[in-house]
Amino acid sequence: MKKGKDSILEHELVPKHKIIEEEEVKKLLDTYKIKKEQLPKIKLSDPVIKGIKAKVGDIVKITRQSRTARKAFFYRLVIE
Amino acid sequence: MRTKKIKGVKFGLLSPKEIRKMSASKIITADTYGEDGFPIEMGLVNQWLGVIDPGLRCKTCGGRMGECPGHFGHIELAAPVIHIGYAKLIYRILNATCRKCGRVLLREAYFLFSVSDVELESDLKREVISEKWHKKFSDNDISLPSNVSVAKEKNDEWVITGEKMFIIRKENKKLNIYDAGEKRSFLREIELQREKQVGIGEAVKRVFKEAAKSSVCPYCGDYLFSINAGGELENSLNKCLMSKKLKKIFETGGHLLSKNPSVIKEIDNRWLITDKNKISYIVKKGDNKLNIHCGTPQKDIKYEKPTTYMEIGGEEREKKRRLMPTDVRERLERIPDEDIALFGMNPKNARPEWMVLTVLPVPPVTVRPSITLESGQRSEDDLTHKLVDIIRINQRFMDNRDAGAPQLIIEDLWELLQYHVSTYYDNKILRLPPARHRSGRPLKAMTQRLKGKEGRFRGSLSGKRVNFSARTVISPNPNIDIDEVGVPEGIAKELTIGVNVTERNLDLMKEVVRNGRKHPGANYVRRTDGRKVKVTESNYEVLAEEVDLGWKVERHIRDGDIVLFNRQPSLHRVSIMAHYVRVMPGKTFRLNPAVCPPYNADYDGDEMNLHVLQTEEARAEAKILLAVQHNIISPRFGRPIIGGIHDCVTGLFLLTWTKRKFKHKEALEILKGIDIDDLGEPTGTFKSPSGTDIEVPYWTEKQIFSMILPSGLNLQFQGKAGDVIIRGGELISGVIDEAAIGSFKGRIIDKVFRQYGEEATKRFINDSFRLAINYILRVGFSFGISDEDIPVEGKKQIREEAVHGAELKVEELIRAYEAEELEGLPGRSLEETLELLIMQELGRAREEAGEIAERELGMENAGVLMAKSGARGSILNLTQMAACVGQQSVRGERISRGYQGRTLPHFKPGDRSANAHGFVRASFKDGLSPTEYFFHAVGGREALVDTAVRTSQSGYFQRRLINALLDLEVKNDETVRETRNTVVQFKYGEDGVDPSKGEYGKAVDVDEIIREVI
Repeated sequence: MKKGKDSILEHELVPKHKIIEEEEVKKLLDTYKIKKEQLPKIKLSDPVIKGIKAKVGDIVKITRQSRTARKAFFYRLVIE
Repeated sequence: MRTKKIKGVKFGLLSPKEIRKMSASKIITADTYGEDGFPIEMGLVNQWLGVIDPGLRCKTCGGRMGECPGHFGHIELAAPVIHIGYAKLIYRILNATCRKCGRVLLREAYFLFSVSDVELESDLKREVISEKWHKKFSDNDISLPSNVSVAKEKNDEWVITGEKMFIIRKENKKLNIYDAGEKRSFLREIELQREKQVGIGEAVKRVFKEAAKSSVCPYCGDYLFSINAGGELENSLNKCLMSKKLKKIFETGGHLLSKNPSVIKEIDNRWLITDKNKISYIVKKGDNKLNIHCGTPQKDIKYEKPTTYMEIGGEEREKKRRLMPTDVRERLERIPDEDIALFGMNPKNARPEWMVLTVLPVPPVTVRPSITLESGQRSEDDLTHKLVDIIRINQRFMDNRDAGAPQLIIEDLWELLQYHVSTYYDNKILRLPPARHRSGRPLKAMTQRLKGKEGRFRGSLSGKRVNFSARTVISPNPNIDIDEVGVPEGIAKELTIGVNVTERNLDLMKEVVRNGRKHPGANYVRRTDGRKVKVTESNYEVLAEEVDLGWKVERHIRDGDIVLFNRQPSLHRVSIMAHYVRVMPGKTFRLNPAVCPPYNADYDGDEMNLHVLQTEEARAEAKILLAVQHNIISPRFGRPIIGGIHDCVTGLFLLTWTKRKFKHKEALEILKGIDIDDLGEPTGTFKSPSGTDIEVPYWTEKQIFSMILPSGLNLQFQGKAGDVIIRGGELISGVIDEAAIGSFKGRIIDKVFRQYGEEATKRFINDSFRLAINYILRVGFSFGISDEDIPVEGKKQIREEAVHGAELKVEELIRAYEAEELEGLPGRSLEETLELLIMQELGRAREEAGEIAERELGMENAGVLMAKSGARGSILNLTQMAACVGQQSVRGERISRGYQGRTLPHFKPGDRSANAHGFVRASFKDGLSPTEYFFHAVGGREALVDTAVRTSQSGYFQRRLINALLDLEVKNDETVRETRNTVVQFKYGEDGVDPSKGEYGKAVDVDEIIREVI
């Protein structure tokens, strides 16, 4: 994975991905009353996941620009 | 009853043994019924196969009609035939297996290298692959993938698995390492994919592809000669070398080898010698001898659709030999069980030779019931007809063969038998004429029963037919409410609602039955004992007296009943809405024109369906969820989808666009049919009839319109003709047009809905339509040919200024281009630039012409009025009719196809002028010149094709999208989830706003609230 300008993470069309902490995970799962497996998934082989070096079982928070609600949050579970 | 759980579903082929075992009767006679009218024993509708006539009992299970599910029979075919459904698979298998021994033409494991190392062996015993093993492999120039595992297969044999597969055997105190070869690798891959429950299709496809490449069988061959085992020769073979001595031996045996033939040591003491001419020799060790065989060459097999296989080549080059089904079957039988797994088949459930039929299962009669015609004649099912054909030919085949008929005749009959069996399964085979009924209609074979839209799956299992429904043509009636539907009396007398008689409705039900079959009457009654009695002309009076508590009366639908109304295609939820019945004379469903948009209906012959709800729950649900007034605002874009169209818009526009004074009587006339108690105070008085001194009170057009507005309504918005201001339920200024009351836009409707609710909106739409109609009827409104007339001056201006001016400019552009004075636009060639500029110029010409036309016609013109109010049509339509049709285009460019360098022979090659490339300077009213007419047709055709292609494509896209999103649901926490409760969206639409409840895509409209407060 290249760093700096060539990294896809810098691209304007790639929304911000962030691995969230244990605490926040718990909070998230509690709010929606779900288990980890009920989150949408994302593959470990996904370029963004490789880029932020997430591991299987991590949950990434995605901040997207939305037409309806300027900013929208999305969570995905990293799977193999 | 014991409940059973389905553990799994097994797919396989029926073996001949299985077919015979499940057969209840052997079928030998082609006839169905004998002269006595009874089914013939061992015939096609024999009583062992089940019963379809009431009163008879099945000879196999003793069940009556309805109880007995039917039983299969069988026909012993005189000669095997190919099953058409597997013809292609048979070809693939034939191509992938040895023509002689039947093994799949994939390589067996072959020797790589050997080691003798205690350490390595102990690794194997512990089932680990150490670094040392990796080194050993790379020493021998073989890459061993990093993540492999080893397991003991049997004594002294281990298998390394991973991306690649290796076999290690302890032989002669040495560890021999073998590459597992294609065959084992594929077998393992398929097995793994099975375990993971992923599709094995791709792997199987590769098996066929790889195996078909081989031209020589690596397993079998004609025995040539032997040499003694051991010693020098075997040693050289073991080292994968071709010694000179061995080569000599081959040569003396008459087998000249090319230079440096490759020697491969395979597992189990076999060697494969391949020379450059692709001739292989197989050396097998046995009886202390090395037996040398010549690998069997594989002839090419060609498949000729639908069921012929040809073998080409061999000694006589180019010679074709047909493989008869018997040959095919023999070959398939030879394939060993362990190789069958390579085709993704389980030899227990599906042996390939079962794809060649030797015995044909005959489906039970319940599957192919015969029907008795009115004449008393029996008409058999298509499948039965087909089976008759098969048995006939089968019989003839046997007779001829027994009589020792010549081969040619036998082959013809065989072909015929193949044809009938093929068309029994599928009557739409490529290159095979479909079998026809005596009438010429193609027969419906097994495949046709299952396949496609009307097939068993999509047609019978996923789709159902319903009772209590009606369908007829629709026609308009603005005098009924938008949530009503006019039902013809004839239909109302057929459709019924079952009502349980209770204390509260006893009298009503008695009355209904007393009406008999006249409208609001009843068709059937069900007594307390469950007996159903038809209400007839002769018994209704008696029945009416008898009606009592606990009875059920199937009464006609009548005014006020709630029904579902639907128009196909049902693309969105408002394609089905609940309406209240209004029984009317006539034969069509009557519909308020304001509800046309959600159904996408018009009255050019559209038909619609009506469903009568049968339970109280259904009626309640329909009333709450499906009622028309509930669906005025579309959840798709948050605006009204129901509202004024056509004349409604025109009428209100006409009413409000000029100042007008209405006398008391006139005002009442215009407002007739609308529930209004009070006209309110007149604005003033005026002299009427003019010239006299009689002062008459008058009401303005704005007052009249304000009558239908809910009191206290405040609204301000941009109309098509200036701002519309409504204050305190009074229209202060502005013209009512499409943006105010039209469907899809309708700001007033929208506001009324949000502020006053469903009922008020329904009333507003009803009232506005009636008001508009009353007014338009009063003032009159029409559009005719003469409305497209433009005064001479205007005409001249269009022709000379707009059109001719543009043509001159185009000529100027062309001249500049030819003189190479034209400057190219960025990113475009000069030619493209020219085309672009010409298109712009001509587009401008039409626009200009349109402006002139609009000015000349004026607002008095009905066409302009309709376009301006948004009722129907556009200024462009008017321009084309009255002024100039304009440039015709294909794919967004001027028309350039046709002859070389020109569009039509009317023009010189290379002519770039407006006329020569599809500019239509005439208007429709003027009439088009022949060339113009042609260009118009060219452009029109594209539009036609476009719509035809788009509708089918978008229809399929819609179907796929619906199937994909079918069971997504918005839960109470505003998340969107699917059936496994997995989150799809964390907030519905990302903002959690229901567009039908929010304000134009936002949760709240701040501006509106501010205006309201001030």
